[in-house]
Amino acid sequence: MPVELSVLLKIADTTPPLSWNPLDDLAAMLQYEFMVHAFQAGTVVAVVAGVIGYFVVVRGTSFAAHALSHIGFAGATGAVAIGLSPVVGLLVFTVGSGAAIGALGSRIRGRDVTIGIVLAWTLGLGVLFISLYTGYATEAYALLFGEILGISDRDVQFVVVAAVPTLLALAALYRPLLFSSVDENLAAARGVPVTALSIAFMVVLALAVTEAVQVVGVLLIFALIVTPAATAVRLTQRPAAAIAAAAGLALLFTWAGLAIAFYSPHPVSFFITSLAFGTYLAVRLAGLARRYVRTSRSSWRKLTSPRMPSAPSSGSS
Amino acid sequence: MAAGVQVSPLTVAGPAAVAAAGLAVGYGARTIWSGATFSVPAGAFAAVLGPNGAGKSTLLRLLLGLQQPAAGGLEVLGRRPRRGSPLIGYVPQGVTFDAEFSIRGADFVGLGLDGHRWGMPLPGWTRADRGEAIAAAIEAVGAQAYAGRPMGQLSGGEQQRLLLAQALVGRPRILLLDEPLSNLDVRNQAAIVGLIGEVARVGGLTVVMVAHDVNPLLPLLDLVVYVARGRVAAGAPGEIITSESLSRIYSAPVEVIRDRRGRVFVVGLDEEVAHPHAG
Repeated sequence: MPVELSVLLKIADTTPPLSWNPLDDLAAMLQYEFMVHAFQAGTVVAVVAGVIGYFVVVRGTSFAAHALSHIGFAGATGAVAIGLSPVVGLLVFTVGSGAAIGALGSRIRGRDVTIGIVLAWTLGLGVLFISLYTGYATEAYALLFGEILGISDRDVQFVVVAAVPTLLALAALYRPLLFSSVDENLAAARGVPVTALSIAFMVVLALAVTEAVQVVGVLLIFALIVTPAATAVRLTQRPAAAIAAAAGLALLFTWAGLAIAFYSPHPVSFFITSLAFGTYLAVRLAGLARRYVRTSRSSWRKLTSPRMPSAPSSGSS
Repeated sequence: MAAGVQVSPLTVAGPAAVAAAGLAVGYGARTIWSGATFSVPAGAFAAVLGPNGAGKSTLLRLLLGLQQPAAGGLEVLGRRPRRGSPLIGYVPQGVTFDAEFSIRGADFVGLGLDGHRWGMPLPGWTRADRGEAIAAAIEAVGAQAYAGRPMGQLSGGEQQRLLLAQALVGRPRILLLDEPLSNLDVRNQAAIVGLIGEVARVGGLTVVMVAHDVNPLLPLLDLVVYVARGRVAAGAPGEIITSESLSRIYSAPVEVIRDRRGRVFVVGLDEEVAHPHAG
């Protein structure tokens, strides 16, 4: 969309120099309406993405989340081609395909190839719709990589309105979602309607994806939904704490990405994804280092103790 | 109807926890087994034995109300099986937690208590003794030392203990266990069998356990439910697991071999139905 190009030019022209006083810099950023909108939408989307991301990671449905966003791309470009808002197309396609994937239930495991084939085709469909519109390549660019700096007042309203039912639904589904992520047979035996639950979750995920696409675009959806949650579950094992950490990390990446991008000529999406990736990498490396220290310590203890300890109470399978 | 379905007088003393009469099950037009008439007395330890694919787990699915019988009657604690019954504790077959599975043991046990309920386990919304119930179940299986660690980082034996705690936490009357020993080494198998026997004795629970190998269970076993070749036979282990009895029930030459250490091998129903995994 031309908005974004002009916005970027405007930033390059008129951005005040970085003062290194965070409050002054924040005030400078918030003088621009597009930055206010970006922070508003970014905040809401990050919280929703972080929260649902935890369930995506625990349930092992990250590829389905990725696929939903790609299928949504065809919907968005199709909607633009017939003169509708891309959000309408996103919503219809992601919710529809989400319900279909959810109906597969636990059989979704091992369906990666099927889902991959469908998502590749829908991307192709999206390319066709763009060419039919003969319009802006920037529209496609924005859908693929996000256009958070071009978000309008109405987009912000949509994001907020969509966030409320998403979070409420997740709060309602919280325990059965966790339970059935452990083992669907077990949950079903206790009376959880596992197939209905699976469909409900994918529909909620479709809503969250539709929101997140506004910020990071179709291709970078992982950075907000999966990466913060995957990082969070390595920091804490308590579900509630991990959900809070995932939302906090997504928020941090979004805010920091916006702030850095404001003072740099490079796109916001790059900074958000890089911060997410860098943090995940750091947490994994720290985990490896901790394990290394622990094993070398225990092997040192074994070497120095007079006798090998006898067999532990319960061993491995 | 299978012959030899008499239950020994010793084991029919109490009221039945499970009672099947002419029970049959199938998927669509295909019948898996039929003519099952047996009862498991309350407080008994029953093993469901038979070759792979004979329909042992299907019997548990019927008891759980996850599947409906094709014919016949089935009662669990005097009622038709109902999905989600709090009177049944269940450990499914082959539950594996990959290394990435980050939920802690204690939280997992908590899911066994109220994981089927909607909403979040906020203080005030859950039963007041939730914490105590979880702690008691963890203590009953001796998992206190590692219940705070993520399930994915525990050994097979530790995971199996917490699966059992999850089944016990709701204070059920019946435990349904589907091959809980299958991924364990011999030492852990013996420990888990001993543990199941102990919690069942203390709580007065009825145990119905699907097993691949009868040998680790022999000291505890009251009843054998044998599922093979479309038929189900039940009785005391000494009556059912003999060459004569199995050959008669299945109209085929079945041989039961006992070695010097008292271990049982059944030959002829498939290649070798019950075999110890190690010496």
